[in-house]
Amino acid sequence: MRLKRWFKAALHRRVAADTIQPETGIGRCGTTGWSEGAATGMNKRYSIFSLARNAFSRHENWQEAWRSPTPKPRYDAVIIGGGGHGLATAYYLAKQHGMTNIAVLERGWLGGGNTGRNTTIVRSNYLWDESAALYEQAMKLWEGLSRELNYNVMFSQRGVLNLAHNLHDLREIQRRVNANRLNGIDGEVLDAQQVKDFCPAIDLRAGGRYPVLGASLQRRGGTARHDAVAWGYARAADALGVDIIQECPVQGIRVADGKVQGVETARGYIETNKLGIVVAGHSSLLAEMAGFRLPVQSVPLQALVSEPVKPAINCVVMSGAVHAYISQSDKGELVIGAGVDKYVGYGQRGSQPVTEETVAAICEMFPIFRRMRMMRQWGGIVDVCPDASPIISKTPVEGIYINCGWGTGGFKATPGSGWAFAHTVARNEPHPLNAPFTLDRYRTGYLIDEHGAAAVAH
Amino acid sequence: MLLIDCPHCGPRSETEFSYGGEAHIARPLDPAALSDAEWADYVFLRDNPKGLIRERWMHAHGCRRWFNVARDTVTYEILTVYPMGAEPPDLPERRYP
Ligand SMILES: Cc1cc2nc3c(=O)[nH]c(=O)nc-3n(C[C@H](O)[C@H](O)[C@H](O)COP(=O)(O)OP(=O)(O)OC[C@H]3O[C@@H](n4cnc5c(N)ncnc54)[C@H](O)[C@@H]3O)c2cc1C
Ligand SMILES: [Zn+2]
Repeated sequence: MRLKRWFKAALHRRVAADTIQPETGIGRCGTTGWSEGAATGMNKRYSIFSLARNAFSRHENWQEAWRSPTPKPRYDAVIIGGGGHGLATAYYLAKQHGMTNIAVLERGWLGGGNTGRNTTIVRSNYLWDESAALYEQAMKLWEGLSRELNYNVMFSQRGVLNLAHNLHDLREIQRRVNANRLNGIDGEVLDAQQVKDFCPAIDLRAGGRYPVLGASLQRRGGTARHDAVAWGYARAADALGVDIIQECPVQGIRVADGKVQGVETARGYIETNKLGIVVAGHSSLLAEMAGFRLPVQSVPLQALVSEPVKPAINCVVMSGAVHAYISQSDKGELVIGAGVDKYVGYGQRGSQPVTEETVAAICEMFPIFRRMRMMRQWGGIVDVCPDASPIISKTPVEGIYINCGWGTGGFKATPGSGWAFAHTVARNEPHPLNAPFTLDRYRTGYLIDEHGAAAVAH
Repeated sequence: MLLIDCPHCGPRSETEFSYGGEAHIARPLDPAALSDAEWADYVFLRDNPKGLIRERWMHAHGCRRWFNVARDTVTYEILTVYPMGAEPPDLPERRYP
């Protein structure tokens, strides 16, 4: 029994290692070695047998994961932005709504925006009913995603702790966990000893500067591999006939009589009457091209990773109060997330005092990490809404739809966001799940304020 | 990290300041006359330029006074600092794709 489980786990790891390509990058998606079958959108399935077969040829004959087609002059729908959300939208447009004459236009490479820069925390323990329903839909899709896409997204439900450092935090956590459970979302309130039992690496000895009084725990929460999510959706969408076009920045949007006509791109004009904008930090720029304004502000959010070490921390630990969160990747790196810069910025770095504050908080809570060396630090430009909730909505221009404002916490929503946005684009009306997340809510006052309520900014 | 030249105290680290967002937004003179859409615009819609921004800062851990800054949001270069109430200085537009 034990052996069987070990064997299964080993197999799983093997498949993970092999199906995940070493580097993101445009080169990999070139046309060399591209077989006929694939060009017609017929992907070979990944399986234990394909793995064994390819082992005999030293893994040199794996098929390209998706085509690199030249843009057609016209599509039934065009999605701008090849991050997780844009690619998921394209996949569900093809899969659920039968729209296969569509394209995803990405200015750089797939997942090169926030998707490939985030700390990959997945949870659905949001306070308000509207958010809970949306993020829980995403969670349910995550739970079957690797199978659905035939691509290992390394979704790991290792549990997410949100720490309480004072009495108010604790009460807020109790309130939120109650709200979650009423919405059918799993959640538990732990006391300090239970936190220590669940996550032994945390230091509770002397109370410290940030004493831990307890935490909320969502056991179904965890992490996933970020670029695998982009690649998995890209490959699955491509197999359904979607054209995924990289290095194709959109430079202008043509609108006539209040209706979208098409987009000007670095690779020529493309005609369409359905346009989905899913560009995160660049949303305001695209909205401006189409002639409307958004309530979002773009700010860098940063993260850093350490040198790889043996397994040291078994779950995700987040602290809203000190604005730090940590987990360990399967490669062994500590993955640490920080807060946002306090001013508008498009530099993918993040301000140094923010790094310092975050690292100080991590060292305080986890003294065992004090001597770890940090290997890389970077930033992603996140689009923050006044109520810290996303916009998945129609716009003032007929045929243009926008999916933005995910700010610091949209990775966890990737499958649900794409699913709901595809419905909105295909049917020209929102699904009940995203109906509250309109652009118009800033006029009506129906805000979904998840600022403090969502445990932390993620 | 920004080094901001407070007009009253001189150059200090960004950690001494708090941020006030887009500058030159005038409070509506006759609020009761505004439609919901105009209110939404006033309360929520902000410029979010990739390029030149004019914004307000306050020297929270210093003189506690407000002032305006013109800054490039990509290079993070501070182009000029000018007092509250002053007309925005004439600077060449900067826009990045
Ligand atoms: C450091 C950091 C940590 C984070 N941690 C978490 C976390 O732990 N959990 C969580 O849930 N979320 C987290 N987030 C947020 C999450 O990463 C985002 O909400 C999510 O990835 C957004 O996905 P997206 O597909 O909308 O955007 P992106 O992945 O940014 O994709 C947008 C794409 O649009 C492209 N684009 C822009 N302009 C144009 C144009 N003119 N033409 C064509 N293409 C264009 C960009 O190149 C980009 O690839 C974090 C973010 C950051 C930066
Ligand atoms: Zn001063």
